[in-house]
Amino acid sequence: MTRLSMKLWGAAALAGCLLLAGCERPPIESIQRGYRGTGMLQVYNPRTVEEVRASNEVPASIPLAPGDSPKATTVYQNVQVLNDLTVAEFTRLMVSMTTWVSPKEGCNYCHMPGNFADDSMYQKKVARRMLEMTRHINADWQKHVADTGVTCYTCHRGQPVPAEIWTQDLGPNTAANAGNRFGQNAATMQVRLASLPYDPFSKYLKGDANIPVAGDTALPAGNPHDIKETEGTYALMMHFSGALGVNCTYCHNSRAFYDWDQSTPQREKAWYGIRMVRDLNNAYLEPLGPTYPPNRLGPTGDAPKANCSTCHQGVYKPLFGVSMLKDHPELAGAKPEPVAAKK
Amino acid sequence: MPEYQNIFTRVQVHGPAYPGVPLGRGVFVREGKPGFFYWAGKFGDAQIGPIYLGWLGLASILCGFIAIEIIGLNMWASVNWDPVQFVRQLPWLALEPPSAEYGLSIPPLNEGGWWLMAGFFLTVSIMLWWLRMYRRARALGMGTHTAWAFAAAIWLYLVLGFIRPVAMGSWAEAVPFGIFPHLDWTAAFSLRYGNLFYNPFHMLSIAFLYGSTLLFAMHGATILAVSRLGGEREIEQITDRGTASERAALFWRWTMGFNATMESIHRWAWWFAVLCPLTGGIGILLTGTAVENWYLWSVKHGVAPSYPQIFPGVVNPATMTGGAQ
Repeated sequence: MTRLSMKLWGAAALAGCLLLAGCERPPIESIQRGYRGTGMLQVYNPRTVEEVRASNEVPASIPLAPGDSPKATTVYQNVQVLNDLTVAEFTRLMVSMTTWVSPKEGCNYCHMPGNFADDSMYQKKVARRMLEMTRHINADWQKHVADTGVTCYTCHRGQPVPAEIWTQDLGPNTAANAGNRFGQNAATMQVRLASLPYDPFSKYLKGDANIPVAGDTALPAGNPHDIKETEGTYALMMHFSGALGVNCTYCHNSRAFYDWDQSTPQREKAWYGIRMVRDLNNAYLEPLGPTYPPNRLGPTGDAPKANCSTCHQGVYKPLFGVSMLKDHPELAGAKPEPVAAKK
Repeated sequence: MPEYQNIFTRVQVHGPAYPGVPLGRGVFVREGKPGFFYWAGKFGDAQIGPIYLGWLGLASILCGFIAIEIIGLNMWASVNWDPVQFVRQLPWLALEPPSAEYGLSIPPLNEGGWWLMAGFFLTVSIMLWWLRMYRRARALGMGTHTAWAFAAAIWLYLVLGFIRPVAMGSWAEAVPFGIFPHLDWTAAFSLRYGNLFYNPFHMLSIAFLYGSTLLFAMHGATILAVSRLGGEREIEQITDRGTASERAALFWRWTMGFNATMESIHRWAWWFAVLCPLTGGIGILLTGTAVENWYLWSVKHGVAPSYPQIFPGVVNPATMTGGAQ
């Protein structure tokens, strides 16, 4: 082998390695979901799936409380939301919440030491509202969460502040008279490093901007949606894909993204999911802004809010579809008996 | 002893530097003392210069420089003049066209006016360069095939950035200047108009694109393969067919029963290359103006097959009464 050809082979090998540097090594598993030939496959890296599975273990639940003890309100003061629970149920839920939300900090993360009834800590006010929100989700958004439901742990995962939350993102600073980014072209993980609008959440998950953009006629019939709007929709869909750890074809047949007839039932679930998150952000999470101290707020002073990742955390069903709600029926909604939950 | 190889050659043969045929009348002459550059010889001819710019070349380069400056400085401004972030984020940065509410009017500079200005100068630059290409070919007594091939590419460029946006009545339909942003734009364009893969002109364009690479590979390989027999003198062999030409023709007749000629293969290549942007441009121009949803258009015309439904009964909840909450 001549020196020149050695150099050439060396350069080719180096270029090959560089080109492959961003790839995941095989084997990669693919699971067919649609009709053969339509490319409706879910692609998984089994090594990544193992990691995700390990970080989505469901914690053991405390044995169910006996139902015959007196009402919590007879023993505890200032019980505003959980006033339909017995003392045993109430105590069990408080202990569970501590392990789900503040295992290191303990009861005193929310409660004033020595005075459980005191409302002076903001964490307690937020927690009370979150309990209402959890019951609201489980009772009124079954079209998204089904009977699996959610508990505090679905989002919190042992942390006082859930890992996946968002606040309004105005993007990087730009100069005054040039360099308008039009809200896009910044490499953020929210849109999986694409050059797409970096804050689809303010627009679609708090606001109710239009999401479908394609026309449903073969010839032009006055569809007003333009390509910039499409990029916004695309950004939201990239978030979906990352948040659920799925391909586009989990919900769509990619040959006709808009077409419901060729979509999977998961697209219906997602449709309700979008409406659910909008409802939660507007009715529960954003109004908590004044309750939070400034360090919990976003750069523009808005309260932290939810998106798909908040619960899903990279999995198509949060916690791989294991229902923690069945062990915590008290979170499924206010018990029918004496309803005094304030709205 | 130099060794001649026909994949990687180590031999560079050249005579004295050649300045080119005399120019006709005009203020410009070819400038610069020609020199030989070894590494250029690895890829093409080792002789660099003399160069001829002329009025057209100078004006084109000036306009091109202005366009690149507007684009580059806007990208730099979008990271607040941070040089490190400019380099780091460069593939993501863009100069975006105006929003739809401006239609075809001239928006404020930072609302898309810069984009319009960059597009103007880039277009002028490209047009002047086309003219220069045409005139240089004429000055050498050549045909103008190169200029017309370039014009095919300019057609696609103009459709994307000017003709179609004008037809749609909005600059917002045009492509941003940026590396990843123009790719994301392409994907969004296809999503908005119901899947560009069902656009028959897009299909043709792809066929000519892949066809071009195939023809280029076949032709390049054929000539290299017969270069030991004088095949690289292919233009001579058009009129005076030698053994290289005969063997190359025989080879293709053996392998696929048909062969191009030393002359016709270049027509094949030229037309494949030119038709790629020509058909592509037609496909883009029809999108949104004449066709709203290419998938539905294909269904209507019996192009797109239907498949058995694996998940029957999926309904858009927005269309169900009481579905929306």
